[in-house]
Order: sequence, then structure tokens, then C-alpha cells
Amino acid sequence: MKKQTIDSKPAGPKPWYDPRVRSLFFQILAIAAVFWAGWTLVENTLSNMESRGISTGFGFLDETAGFGIIMSLVPYDSTMSYGRTFWVGLTNTLLVSAMGIIAATLLGFIIGVARLSSNWLVAKVSLFYIEVIRNIPLLLQIFFWYFAVLGALPSPRQSIEVGGTMFLNNRGLYVPEPLTQDGFGLVWGALLFAIAAVVGIRTWAKKRQLATGQIFPTFKVSVAILVVLPVLAYFIAGSPLEWDVPALKGFNFGGGITIIPELAALWLALSLYTASFIAEIVRSGILSVSKGQTEASKALGLPNGLTLRLVVIPQAMRVIIPPLTSQYLNLAKNSSLATAIGYPDLVAVFMGTTLNQTGQAVEVVAITMAVYLTISLSISLLMNIYNRAVAIKER
Amino acid sequence: MNKTKSIVLGMALASGAFAASGAMAATTLENVKEKGHLQCGVTSGLPGFSQPDEKGNWTGIDVDTCRAVAAAIFGDAKAVEFTPLTAKERFTALQSGEIDMLSRNTTWTLTRDASLGLNFAGVNYYDGQGFLINKDIGVDDATQLDGATVCIQSGTTTELNLSDYFRAKGMEFKPIVFDTSEQTVQGFSAGRCDVLTSDRSQLAALRSKLADPESAKILPNTISKEPLGPVVRQGDDQWFNIVKWVLSVQINAEELGVTSANADDMLKSDNPNIQRLLGTDGDMGAKLGLPADFGHKVVKMVGNYGEMYDRNVGPDTPLGLDRGINALWTEGGIMYAPPVR
Ligand SMILES: N[C@@H](CCC(=O)N[C@@H](CS)C(=O)NCC(=O)O)C(=O)O
Repeated sequence: MKKQTIDSKPAGPKPWYDPRVRSLFFQILAIAAVFWAGWTLVENTLSNMESRGISTGFGFLDETAGFGIIMSLVPYDSTMSYGRTFWVGLTNTLLVSAMGIIAATLLGFIIGVARLSSNWLVAKVSLFYIEVIRNIPLLLQIFFWYFAVLGALPSPRQSIEVGGTMFLNNRGLYVPEPLTQDGFGLVWGALLFAIAAVVGIRTWAKKRQLATGQIFPTFKVSVAILVVLPVLAYFIAGSPLEWDVPALKGFNFGGGITIIPELAALWLALSLYTASFIAEIVRSGILSVSKGQTEASKALGLPNGLTLRLVVIPQAMRVIIPPLTSQYLNLAKNSSLATAIGYPDLVAVFMGTTLNQTGQAVEVVAITMAVYLTISLSISLLMNIYNRAVAIKER
Repeated sequence: MNKTKSIVLGMALASGAFAASGAMAATTLENVKEKGHLQCGVTSGLPGFSQPDEKGNWTGIDVDTCRAVAAAIFGDAKAVEFTPLTAKERFTALQSGEIDMLSRNTTWTLTRDASLGLNFAGVNYYDGQGFLINKDIGVDDATQLDGATVCIQSGTTTELNLSDYFRAKGMEFKPIVFDTSEQTVQGFSAGRCDVLTSDRSQLAALRSKLADPESAKILPNTISKEPLGPVVRQGDDQWFNIVKWVLSVQINAEELGVTSANADDMLKSDNPNIQRLLGTDGDMGAKLGLPADFGHKVVKMVGNYGEMYDRNVGPDTPLGLDRGINALWTEGGIMYAPPVR
């Protein structure tokens, strides 16, 4: 039989009846409307500011800042520019956020697990912690820690001393600063080598366990390698490290590294506060894993610890990660309460002093908002990547 | 709070144009008359300058500066509402129209005058920056402060002055920057810093707030010029003139010996300067858009500059500040106002 070819496609709907064309049209329309609104907003702001004699533009970022900042991770002094104050503030924000996230996570997991403990006292103490900390405004907690810490510590002349090298007073904790000398590269090299070795041993041990069932004490061996190799290298290189020990001169201690009370109080408050929320998230995550899993694991003879680590937590993680992410975001944003106690974060330094000295409110606020958005999006992105890695893999 | 203020400014500026770009906006004077009161930005509480009592009555030299303007417009020194502002919030509040005038111990500087869309309408107190220090430290001059930790309030001119001073003297310091004056004092009394720095006029007041005022003293040094005065939005010259001349009237009244007590009698004076000042001749009020007797109302209800000074910050008040350079130019000071003519 001869096949009949159809040349012409069946007549489709008219373009304005075609759902795809229609939806495309309305999407373009929506985007155009958003852009128009945004553009008008910017335009009007600029022209209004001009008519009111308020200066605009980003030129101020190159001008000399002229004010001092108590703590900086990047080199800074008052002869540098306003642009530099931005980096000082940003790194201080990132520092306290990162420290807070790490501490809150550790503490939150411990308390969350303790909350489910079969030990009555442990469970109740965790419950008490969660309920108290969660329900007191964070700002109050920051003030509390700040003034409690300040009040408890002595003045510089009566510092608490640890072995003549570390000092604690109401101006901060002073610790010796390690100054690496020539030859310290060898220690770094040894450390890198040790890390590579540990990775190698772990893969090998896993393979062997899968093949033969034999368990290798990976953890103990790893720690040994990580410690022994660099220490050995350190002595071979002739101890290439000197310490800058803080000493009392004039008003206060100089030299060494200072951990200011503002950082300590903010870190403590942020970590303790967020940990109480994380604990609840961890608890609900663990409870979401069905009891059968634990029972099965016990039936296989796994002890409690291993059951938790190998069976429950990995499954609980899938429930924990999304709300955990939003706690991390909260912590990063809450760090802006720093201004209240004088910790020089981005909001205090840049949106505070820089804004006030330059008067460029709209620009400075826009930059600051963009930064917080970027920090938040980065945290979300990383957590999403991690989430994908722990999510159920369909096999 | 500061965040919101700044964002509100942005939105106010942006939405303004949506509503009525180009249309003739009402003048500040018309707005104020319409509202029936003057909205005045002050501190959240600074003895002698602007401070509320338990009943919410505000007193202080900055408060009186506002009251004088209200007396000029409404013939009623009580037709004022006060908005407490931190140092950081003040300019945004004025720019966005939340307040009609700012009278909050604000230093007149070029940057503020020229780039914030604001105008300074005179000086009601000539101040300078100084230091409050713990007596135990045993320092009696600012040049011995190398390495000191200093508590400051954010959003003030003091931060920059402090850096400049220490840099010029080749000294180091560690700044601890707080948001409000209360926290600054708390930080100082908790021992977080060796010295507290602010405008000298305020050091005495802050010292009196300490648990043990005797434990601290004020250093003799003055490290900057801080001419403090009322501020208005740029672009409404009539309003600018009103605030400027109400203050000038008070200073001129002191020079001419007109006080709140004798203001009524002085209406009969045949001194032409007094006649113009009190509105019995010359119709100065009309030139400003004010009632003819505005000068009489200002002096009668609020007093002349000297009365305002003595009542709030003078030697017989808790602040106990001598007139010093704030005395009239005729008496060895630099307080001088252009003539009402
Ligand atoms: N005159 C300076 C400082 C003004 C200022 O804000 N001073 C602080 C004390 S140093 C104050 O009045 N605080 C009271 C408050 O925040 O309510 C300026 O204009 O920047």
C-alpha cells in the first residue's frame, strides 16, 4: 500500500488562542511592568534627591574615612577610604556569623539529642534550656551577656592571668600571637601530606570493609597521622615559630591577639539563641524517622551510638536541613544587632558611621541590603547542594 | 530602627514623585499652620538641651528654641510636638519630612550643610568636644591618653574629631561605638573604656548620671569646634528665614535688655530697635509671613537668649555652665545676631 504523506500540519489555533503564546505574552508583560516600576522608582528617587539638594553617587567610597575601628580582620587605619570600611565591616559580620553557625550547630545537635534522652534529668534540662532561651528577645540576651561579661571581669591592672602569657580583663581576652618564621613551610607541607594520607587511608579502609568485613580503626589512625606528622616537621625545621606575648603597657595590654568582649558577647548570645531553635529542629528530625528503623538496627546488634549515627541521623538530616538553613539565615541577619553593643559589624561601621559621615543614605543602605541578600543566598545555595547530597537517592 | 528610618527615607523620596512631581507643594509654614502645631526633632534625653520629665513635659535650650518658633507662628509656645531622635536618625527624620525642624544639639559642618539637603539656621550654643575620665587612671591632660580605649556615640561628629586629634598627636586609641548616649555611659561605667568623649556641655550631665559622679572628672582640653543649632530642610527659604530670625530676635532681645518680664512694658519703648523687634513699628513679621507681633510673643513666652540659657544650662542649673564664649559679643563672648531692621 502506498503511504500517504501529509504535507501540511493540522491548522493550529490562532496565535492569540494558543496557550503557549499567551502565557509567553503575559510573562513578558509582567517582566516589563516590574522593570518599568523599578526604573521609575530609581529615576524618581534620583530626581527628587537632586531637587532637594541631597548628593548622590558612589564617589564617596574613595574618600578618606578618617575614623577608627576597634577590630579589623583586614588591615585598616583611619587614613584609608570609606570603601575599606565596607570590607572591615563585612569581614567582621562574616566572622561572627561563621563562628555563630558552627557553635549553634554543635550545641543545637547536642541539646536536640539530649531532649530525647531516656534520662529524665537530661531531657528536662534540655527542655528548660530551649523554652527559656527561645522565649527571651535576642537583643536582651545580647545586652545581658555583654554587661554580665563586662561586670564579671576585672580592670586591665587586675587582669586574670594564665601562665603569664594569656590575660583576661574587661577589655578582652589577650592571647599570644604565633609569628611564623622561615622554614614554617615544612610544617604546612607536612600537614597537607597528612591530610592526603588520611583521605587515602579512609578510602582504602572502606573498600576493605566492604570486601572482607574487617573494620579498620580509621579514626584513631587519622588523628595520629594528623598530629604526628606536622609536629615532627616542626622539630625537624628547628621550631620555626615565635610568640608575640601580650604585655601591659600604659592603659592596657598591647601585642598578641585580642578577642574583644563585644565579639564574645555577640557570639555567645547568637549561638545560644539559635541553638535552642536548632535543637527543636533536630528533635523533630529524629522523631520523623520511623521507630522501625531503630528497632531493625538494634535487631542487627548495633549499639545505641552507632544506631544514632548510622541509621537515624542520616535519615533525619533530610527533614532537618531545610529548616536548619533558615536558622542559619536568621543568625546571619541577627548578627546586625551588633550595633547595640558596639561590635563593629557591617551595619555598625558602614551603615552607621560611614553613612553618617557621608550622608549617602540611599547608596549605603542599598549596598548593605545587597550584601545581606548575597550572604543569605550563598547560605541557601550551599545548604541546597548539601541537601541534594543527603536526599534519598532512588536506585 | 536606623535601618527602617533610612529605608523610609528612600521610599518617601521615591513615592513622592509618583504622587506629585512638579505640582506646587505646600510650604512648610502652610503645613505647620494646617497641622496646628510644630513638629520638632530633639534628643531622647539630654539634660539642659532636651529632656522629658515624668509627665512628658520637655525642657532644655533646644526645646526652647522650638517653642520660640511655635510662639512666633501661633502665639502659643506650647503648640509643639517633640520627636525624640538618636544621633543617627536625626537627619533622615528631617529630610523625609517627619519633622519640621531639628533642634538636637547638632553641629554645623560643611558636609551636613552642603550635601544632606539641609540648612543650618544659626547657633544656639557654641560647644567643643572634651573627655570624661575615670579619676583612678591618674591622667589630667588629653595628651596623656596614648593607647586609651574611648567610648563614643555613633552618628556624631565626635568620631571623626577623635581620630583626627589622636592622629595629629601621634597617639593610638581604641574606639567603642555605641548607638545611644545611655549605652555609651553604661559602657563607660562598666569599665569598658578609660574615657568617654562627647560635646563638653554634655559631659557634666553624663557625669551626673554615673552611679558615683565623684569617680570621674572632665579633662581641661577642648579638641574641636561644635557650633550647635537648629536645622531645616533646604529649599524652603521662607521657613529657613523664620527659624533663623526667631533665634536672632532672642539674641537681639538680650542685647536690647528686653526680657519676658518687661516685654509688655517695652511695647511703649521709644527705642526704634526695640519697636522693630516687638513689632510696634516696621512690620518685620509680614516680611517673614508671620504676625506683626511675633517678636513680642517670642520674648514674652520663651524669653531672650540669656534667659533661655540661664534657665536650662546656666550656673544655677544642675549643668552649671558659665556663659563663657556664649556670652553676648558686647560682654566678651561671641554670641552675635544680625540686626532686626
Ligand atoms: N554635636 C555632635 C554630637 C551630638 C550628639 O548626638 N551628642 C550625644 C552625646 S555625645 C547626644 O546628644 N546623645 C543624646 C541622645 O542620643 O539622645 C553632633 O552634632 O554630631
